[in-house]
Amino acid sequence: MRLSRYVFPVMASLGFGFLYAPILILVIYSFNESKLVTVWGGFSTRWYVELFQDPQILDAAKLSLQIAASSATIALVLGVAAAMTLVRFRWFRGRTWLAGMVAAPLVMPEVITGLSLLLLFVALDNWIGWPSGRGVTTIVLAHATFGMAFVAVIVQARLRDMDRTLEEAAMDLGARPTTVFLTVTLPTIAPALVASWLLAFTLSLDDLVIASFVSGPGSSTLPMVVFSKVRLGISPDINALATLMILIVGLGGVFGFWQMRRSTHRRSA
Amino acid sequence: MRLVAKLKSLQRDWVSWVPTLWLGVFFLIPFLVVLKISLSQATIAMPPYLPLFDWVESALEIRLDFGNYLFLIDDPLYGAAYLESVRIAFVSTVITLLIGYPMAYMIATAREPRRTLLLLLVILPFWTSFLLRVYAWIAILKTNGLLNGLLMSLGLISEPLVFLQTDLAVYIGIAYTYLPFMVLPLYASLSKLDRTLLEASEDLGATPWISFVTVTLPLTIPGVIAGSLLVFVPAIGEFVIPALLGGNDTLMIGKVLWNEFFANRDWPIASAVAIIMLFVIVGPLMWLNRINSKTEEATS
Repeated sequence: MRLSRYVFPVMASLGFGFLYAPILILVIYSFNESKLVTVWGGFSTRWYVELFQDPQILDAAKLSLQIAASSATIALVLGVAAAMTLVRFRWFRGRTWLAGMVAAPLVMPEVITGLSLLLLFVALDNWIGWPSGRGVTTIVLAHATFGMAFVAVIVQARLRDMDRTLEEAAMDLGARPTTVFLTVTLPTIAPALVASWLLAFTLSLDDLVIASFVSGPGSSTLPMVVFSKVRLGISPDINALATLMILIVGLGGVFGFWQMRRSTHRRSA
Repeated sequence: MRLVAKLKSLQRDWVSWVPTLWLGVFFLIPFLVVLKISLSQATIAMPPYLPLFDWVESALEIRLDFGNYLFLIDDPLYGAAYLESVRIAFVSTVITLLIGYPMAYMIATAREPRRTLLLLLVILPFWTSFLLRVYAWIAILKTNGLLNGLLMSLGLISEPLVFLQTDLAVYIGIAYTYLPFMVLPLYASLSKLDRTLLEASEDLGATPWISFVTVTLPLTIPGVIAGSLLVFVPAIGEFVIPALLGGNDTLMIGKVLWNEFFANRDWPIASAVAIIMLFVIVGPLMWLNRINSKTEEATS
């Protein structure tokens, strides 16, 4: 098959190049002494020093990490509950509603999600006085909502693939449904739980549009600060920030690959 | 008695009710609020709109103001922005498909552990910041940026070309950031493909290209549609990419909504823009939902 031997691999390699060249450039130029992108002024780590001396970025990063951790945790609990309902509890009355609503946030344009949540929060504030004002709470609620959609999708897939005989065996041996869930189901889907929590965390850490709508004064997240800087043009300390982020994600990827290889080896051995 | 049974089932079902109610409150009801605000009148206050319902001398007065929608229809800017958004999203989706299909094909035909590695390579960028990946293209596409520098040093051009702040930059940005959404569904349908069908078509004398066009492509159409919709729908309302890579004349509806809300502080108009945007995407969204429930039925 010449198609799979020459044409497609060449095109696919170009695709992978397209995917990674900009990231590589970002990393290289974070070590550039010069402020200009086109000029290589020699190797330097000054942008990293500047990054860690910028209180605005540091504060925003701390806030973003807090928001990401709490919203990912809420998203995990809600997303697992939604996935269990969709895969296991066929009798549940609101199942069709849930199925429709859980998938929609994945593709809903962020400007719509952001605007609609903001208007909801303002209306709620008027009716019942909660959440008073906008800030961290409203961002966490918003991020938990779209995070749970991603969690539900990942966990659903894992629950479908899972070997149900284990759960049936536990039930035959007299375990209550809660015990079965805690001692059999949860440990089996643990990798999917870790992956989906991390994804919800990353998405929250990265969100600009929704956070801009629902945040209040004094609660600028990292993407909001980055966006306001980037709008004015290239700034090399942002390259340094990007490189650090890529490093963390890259290490996570290597670890994930290693884990996957280990588990496939174990399975085939 | 029936009430007790009902309460019991409610208690049993709380695991299901909590996420359903959460999404109801934070996903469904907000749309109704947007619809309501889109029918109210803008005013200078906080919040900047007038109430829809009012008690006037013990009579309920309901004022639905369709002026916002009439304004959107009257001003050709908005219609043009919707059309431009759909056009830009469509072109970007086609480009993403052309880049993504060979990648998905290569992954699906690779052996382990190469397959896992390639799959991971596609997913990894998705885990790094979307905003920073868009930002990376500014340095490349700038007039005195790296792409122009490369093309000039190769002698292909003598004057720098304008890439940044054009529609082309927006296409590249969308294709770049949404590529994983295209590749993964394509990979899923390509890896399910029955290889014996390809062998049969080759035995019957088909050339690889003919086998591809008559066997592989038709059988992976569900993946093509799912991937394309996953790119097309969110791309219509994209804000960050046209804001950073597009020009001032790049009219995309997400940017229009953003400006109505943040710059003009006109919440009712922004809401009306959002409601019409929902009508634009509801068709493709339901299509996607049908594909999802079909694959769900097939796997369970």
